[in-house]
Amino acid sequence: MKAFLQRYCRNYGAVIGLLVLLGVLALAVLAPIFYEESPWLMVAEPLVQPFTDPALPFGTDMLGRDITAGMLYGARVSLLVGVISTAVALAVGIAVGAVAGYCGGRVDDALMRITEFFQTIPQLAMAVVIVAIFNPSIYSIVAAISVVSWPPVARLVRGEFLSLKQREFVQAAVVIGQKPVRIIATQILPNAMSPIIVSASFMVATAILTESALAFLGLGDRNMMSWGFMIGAARTMIREAWWMSVWPGVAILLTVLSINLIGEGLNDAMNPQLRRRGE
Amino acid sequence: MGNGEGQLHPSAVVASPAASVEQAVNFLSFLGARLGKAVVVVLGVVVINFFLIRMAPGDPATVMAGEAGAGDAAFVSQLREQFGLDKPVMTQLGIYLKGVAQLDLGYSYRNHLPVLDLILDRLPATFLLMSGAFLFSIVLGVLLGVIAARTRYENRRRWIDSAVMSGALLLYATPLFWLSLMAIILFSVVLGWLPAFGMETIGAGYTGLARVKDVALHMILPTVSLGCFFMAVYVRLTRASMLEVMGMDYVKTARAKGVPAGRVIRVHVLRNALLPVITFAGIQLGQMAGGAVLTETVFSWPGIGRLMFDALLQRDYQLLLGIFFVTSALVVFFNLVTDVIYRFIDPRIAAGGKGATA
Repeated sequence: MKAFLQRYCRNYGAVIGLLVLLGVLALAVLAPIFYEESPWLMVAEPLVQPFTDPALPFGTDMLGRDITAGMLYGARVSLLVGVISTAVALAVGIAVGAVAGYCGGRVDDALMRITEFFQTIPQLAMAVVIVAIFNPSIYSIVAAISVVSWPPVARLVRGEFLSLKQREFVQAAVVIGQKPVRIIATQILPNAMSPIIVSASFMVATAILTESALAFLGLGDRNMMSWGFMIGAARTMIREAWWMSVWPGVAILLTVLSINLIGEGLNDAMNPQLRRRGE
Repeated sequence: MGNGEGQLHPSAVVASPAASVEQAVNFLSFLGARLGKAVVVVLGVVVINFFLIRMAPGDPATVMAGEAGAGDAAFVSQLREQFGLDKPVMTQLGIYLKGVAQLDLGYSYRNHLPVLDLILDRLPATFLLMSGAFLFSIVLGVLLGVIAARTRYENRRRWIDSAVMSGALLLYATPLFWLSLMAIILFSVVLGWLPAFGMETIGAGYTGLARVKDVALHMILPTVSLGCFFMAVYVRLTRASMLEVMGMDYVKTARAKGVPAGRVIRVHVLRNALLPVITFAGIQLGQMAGGAVLTETVFSWPGIGRLMFDALLQRDYQLLLGIFFVTSALVVFFNLVTDVIYRFIDPRIAAGGKGATA
């Protein structure tokens, strides 16, 4: 563990990313303490310029809603959707990949055809269609993002399983009569974890981008203020109020960037051999 | 690639007539298999569309008519009749598949036009935007990737590599629609250099060359905004692939026997390093089709992406699903084209395929 931390900390970008993400997380958790009232509430005059009123550092939008409050509450939605939809996609992807890689043969063929299918069709368009038809809510958004993001996990896990199931320790488990489910869960999966964790971190970043794109198109949860929605609302006000779209975008950019940096740090820390070869 | 592309694989140059017939047969069977796959994917999309409508909350007929349009009872009952909604699900699926096979994608009650006509009307604008963005991203992305890889191990110019990679990392994390808005603020609102909305100046009545120039000016911001993310992907991909190939023995050999550095990069490294780039180019189209929805929405570009956004606003689900179907079909088609191109560029694939079937 100590060696892992040391390797992670050698990547300065990853450390900065972690600090920024922790900051965003803290703001998201503390949002109701800073702003007790809903970010949808009109609290001041419309279109207050940023940096003019100390109580409204980022200004207000065309309905007099506080942009700072929206930013904090938006962090909650982004992180929540990012983490939950990644978790769902991981569960589906690991299940499909593990079965395909472990069973091989026809099962593998069939599952990989399905995986390829979901990888071929345009992902964002698919997500848009799902959310629109099932009405925008946090559930349909998470479902849509999971549907379009599980295939790469399935392929990754399948590849790992294909190579790991040839190894002696797995063969030994088969010989002593362990059940396939147990072999998958206790023998192979733990050894396939590091690439899965690395790709999971990048998936969270992509999920946040997808969520913001959906919300931008008006497919966000109507009860939750999100960064994408704020930018979507700012679209028609672009000439009058530049600040409405700038701040939420910077927030998305910083969050996604920091998660990507963390992903690269994790990659360095978990695959030290790979790193040394690349240097 | 230039001079490298004309060179064929040695075995292809000296191939006997019998071998070339065999190659042609191989190619045809490959094409057949890929076509079959493509048809299956497109059918899959149709089936998904069919079940999505039926899984949606509410009566399928009213969903298809659009929620606000449900007031028109005659249209709803006509839909019920047309899609056989009182019959078993499998019969309904049959009716639906038959309709799509005859290119009947439904009727947009909102626009009083068949869905297919609406889409075909908007398709050229999207093609223009996507091909522009595609060229921009792949040309600049590969170029920057090569520059980054070449300066990676040079102590005095290593900062170029770092700068390119940092830029790519930044673009990688930037939401496409936000980048588009920022481009409008900077280049249209503040500087006033470029038009922000639409595909041409409305009411200007330009013709000929003046019109081409007008459209080109309108194209710059949407094309660059859409292409930027993919450019970042190409930069990373090209650089990683170049670095890998540059470490291979045959490259070292070429260097050792005194081939000029530029030629080593162009002929020996780049030709092989570009293969993963081409693979990605096929995948990219699917993502770009999604990105076009966002870009066209921001720039009011009159393509199918903007049409999709309008369909969303109007809850015109037949149109929405029609666009999803057409986009998927196009992506599948271009994937097929990429596969064929790939086979021509990398003779090892054809050889490998032959070995596997024998």
